[in-house]
Amino acid sequence: MPITAEFEYVRPKDMEEALHVFSLYKEKARALAGGTDLVVHLKEGLVRPEVVVDVKSLPELGGLSLSARTLRIGALATFTDIIESAQVKERFPVLWEAALTVASAGVRNRATVAGNICSAVPSADSAPALALYEAEVLVRSLKGERRIPLADWFTGPKRTALQPEELLTAIELPVPVLKHGGSYMKLSRYEGEDLAQGGIAALVLSDTTYRVAACALGPVPGRCPKTEAVLNGSKLGPKVLEKAKEALLGELSPISDIRSSKEYRLHMAQVMLERALQAAVSRLFGKGPKYGAGSIC
Amino acid sequence: MKSHDIKFELNGEAVAVTVDPNDVLLDVLRGRLGIKSPKVGCDRGDCGTCTVLMNGRTVRSCLALAVEADGAQIVTLEGANNRKWTQKLQKKFHERNAFQCGFCAPGVILSATELLEKNPAASEHDIKEAIAGNLCRCTGYEPIVRAIAETAKGR
Repeated sequence: MPITAEFEYVRPKDMEEALHVFSLYKEKARALAGGTDLVVHLKEGLVRPEVVVDVKSLPELGGLSLSARTLRIGALATFTDIIESAQVKERFPVLWEAALTVASAGVRNRATVAGNICSAVPSADSAPALALYEAEVLVRSLKGERRIPLADWFTGPKRTALQPEELLTAIELPVPVLKHGGSYMKLSRYEGEDLAQGGIAALVLSDTTYRVAACALGPVPGRCPKTEAVLNGSKLGPKVLEKAKEALLGELSPISDIRSSKEYRLHMAQVMLERALQAAVSRLFGKGPKYGAGSIC
Repeated sequence: MKSHDIKFELNGEAVAVTVDPNDVLLDVLRGRLGIKSPKVGCDRGDCGTCTVLMNGRTVRSCLALAVEADGAQIVTLEGANNRKWTQKLQKKFHERNAFQCGFCAPGVILSATELLEKNPAASEHDIKEAIAGNLCRCTGYEPIVRAIAETAKGR
């Protein structure tokens, strides 16, 4: 199917030129990285930009880099880059596990983590893991740089805090200081290529604090602070699990759609919470399933 | 719209073509350059019939603008014969009757080529995961998975 909409294509020679284009065209400009969402949206007429800015020419957006304190995921880093990184697997295993569940190999080769959170669909697989690891989103415009905590990034379904003249340059995650175990549970209709009907990520740290985050179970993906408050300081057992599940229900607001009903999503969210927490705790102690075996169907 | 003169390597040969910004790579390969192995299936990245190798990785050519191919190395099934696993896969697919209508086969074989280049000891689970984005409406997948597994084992 050809794209019927007409637009100009720009490959900026440097960051300044790119930011000038975004400053000039604002919402009429669209950044192109992997294109796995943008090209579909162009074909379907969901976006009608005047100019498409191919940011793959900007070296400062590339790559993954890990320092002692921070993992920097450049805006051009693909899900395949995440999966192939031994450092991500070792230090941020829940992000690694979530990356494995995204679409298919051929899509992951082009789709970027940055694009995933810019598309900001409620089912974004990378979002719960990024929320657990307390990611910050770095954006730039001609006016300068802003750091946006992931908690403030998603402002609604397919909406973010990114302003029209801004470009996402990187996502930064602080390296967890404490030893931790985690898990991403994704509910899908079949193994392989599917969007999440619901997703729960959990992290337990060696000081018995817990982090829980969800996707596809409300208008925006994100942390579940009430559930975390119930869990914090407790050893995982049947009583605290029941209380945590109850708290979780109060924090979710899923919809009924073609993939599942609201009631099914709420029921399965509790199942996923229990399994994610159990896997996280066993992994903290070096047991449990290997990372990458998280998805349930 | 301002058109763009682009150059890239297609199956080992240099090609130059003038494209519009809204031209899709798949349509340029099929309609302008006579490359017919990538197919127009779902045309939105879900079915894998349009798979080509771009700079060594499988990508959905229906989701790439043609202008993005400027400077890239594109390999389609027509040009993949010199890759280590491709011909072996093709022979095994033929031997094992692993395709019927053949529409999905170029994409499946390129996905399997990428898998075996990375991981020649791929398990059945690895194989299923690698071709999860390649839909086949004929075979029920079992002969495909078997053919890839047997190729990997060199049987």
